[in-house]
Amino acid sequence: MEEKIIRTQGIYSEFPRKGPSAAPAATHYCPGCGHGIIHKLIAEALADFGIQDKTVMISPVGCAVFAYYYFDAGNIQVAHGRAPAVATGVSRARDCVVISYQGDGDLASIGLNETLQAANRGEKIAVFFVNNTVYGMTGGQMAPTTLIGEKTITCPDGRDPLTQGYPTHMCELISTLKAPVFVERVAVSDIKNIRNARRAIRKAIEIQAEGKGYTFVEILSPCPTNLGKNAVANNEWINTEMVKEFPLGNYRDRTAEAEHVERTTSDFSTESLEKLFELDSIAAPIEHKDPNFKESQVKIAGFGGQGVLSLGTMLTQAAQAVGKQVSWYPSYGPEQRGGTSNCSVIISNDRIGSPVVYHPDLLVAMNRPSLEKFQNDVKPGGIIMYDAIIGDVELPKGVKGVAVPAQDLAIQAGNPRGANTIMLGVMLGLGLTGLPEEAFQTALAANFAKKPKLIPMNLEVLAFAQKWVKENVK
Amino acid sequence: MDTTKPYPLINPLECKSCGRCVDACPKKVLEIGTELNARGYLPVVYKGEGCIGCASCFYTCPEPHALEVHIPKKG
Repeated sequence: MEEKIIRTQGIYSEFPRKGPSAAPAATHYCPGCGHGIIHKLIAEALADFGIQDKTVMISPVGCAVFAYYYFDAGNIQVAHGRAPAVATGVSRARDCVVISYQGDGDLASIGLNETLQAANRGEKIAVFFVNNTVYGMTGGQMAPTTLIGEKTITCPDGRDPLTQGYPTHMCELISTLKAPVFVERVAVSDIKNIRNARRAIRKAIEIQAEGKGYTFVEILSPCPTNLGKNAVANNEWINTEMVKEFPLGNYRDRTAEAEHVERTTSDFSTESLEKLFELDSIAAPIEHKDPNFKESQVKIAGFGGQGVLSLGTMLTQAAQAVGKQVSWYPSYGPEQRGGTSNCSVIISNDRIGSPVVYHPDLLVAMNRPSLEKFQNDVKPGGIIMYDAIIGDVELPKGVKGVAVPAQDLAIQAGNPRGANTIMLGVMLGLGLTGLPEEAFQTALAANFAKKPKLIPMNLEVLAFAQKWVKENVK
Repeated sequence: MDTTKPYPLINPLECKSCGRCVDACPKKVLEIGTELNARGYLPVVYKGEGCIGCASCFYTCPEPHALEVHIPKKG
């Protein structure tokens, strides 16, 4: 007699990845566990829709870490809580259905941030969130979704909201976001709920097959072992206690209006990157042969807004103009606005290992705090250029100080904001970095390329500073 | 067993005796067996008649290959 057979689809017929076993087709899950039920529902949908070969399942950390033993589909097993990140990568790189299967510890605790960010971006991922109120794999610790009063091994007196907070409601949180297409909470606690869960799971996967965006299905599921109940009692507990805290139902459904999500693709070709970073407009290096050239390590420091970082980039561009190896390393931090900031520049004939400058050959200090902070680091025989406005200073022995009235000179040169260019000109006038005048001029032109009318103005400032050096520094 | 009517087919080696199917069966035609399998569980057994082919046992069973439901086609 011909028969219709209702049996599992989309799951391997045996599980050899599990290793040798007396029952080669039995899962590693405990008796009565909800994972197997949910696995069957997901796998059945993948098989029915004919999309197993274009599906990538992301296995979490938790009891479902071994989901790849079972699903006859693509798989990546990922670090704890990181399924949304990996799923994002996969779904953006490949035209495929991506499923992120996660438990409550994984998704709502360590992975909460990534979960919300991925949902908020509307990633094309079907998230199946298995909520059993407890960390299963590690032996029954309190989870973000543990009910108030529920006992676990880490809250043996029952969860107390005053010390452990309240259960986290993921569907409610996710549905505050604009991007998600479908958000629903279901349960696998009885056959009516299972059939409803089956419908929601199929719908979520269908939305993925159509590329419409983010879906989130939370599934209330039993963990008889860690909750210390038999399978049937655990189901009753879900139906009576758990649903009070986590009401079943749909929280979002904009399947009808959602459209296929098409993202622009990034162009990582060398040409487009060179254009983006303006590398395509770099001129051929200026011919410069100096047998006496030595590596320079420079530290430039001052108040935020004094042009400290851009003085560093101009010096970098000057070095680049003659084809030197060069690094520019800014020190950001709370000091950036109003406080002191600094950058380090290394100019060398050889490749530079570390861009950090501990002992500069040249310190440019635009204010007193910077001078005091770095003057003792300068190499013996090194030079400290500082703004004369600082007044009397006591420099360490063995270093040469050059007091530059940078701000005054900038005003005299007709560019009150050009104190940093004055310092650049003094550097050039003193021949400190071994770079030729033409390199500095190229650097200024490159630095002000977006504001061309500032170029001649700053070239004048540069010349003014050189003239000052000739007339004032011995 | 009458195979002209719907019936559940249980793989006794894979069944972990959790009892979910026994609870889910609307006709109460499944029960925990009395013979230990090779892994030390008491697999569920079909009482032999009364199955209506609703597949509640299949969908509530957490094991992918412990239980399937056969429904004879008419005609």
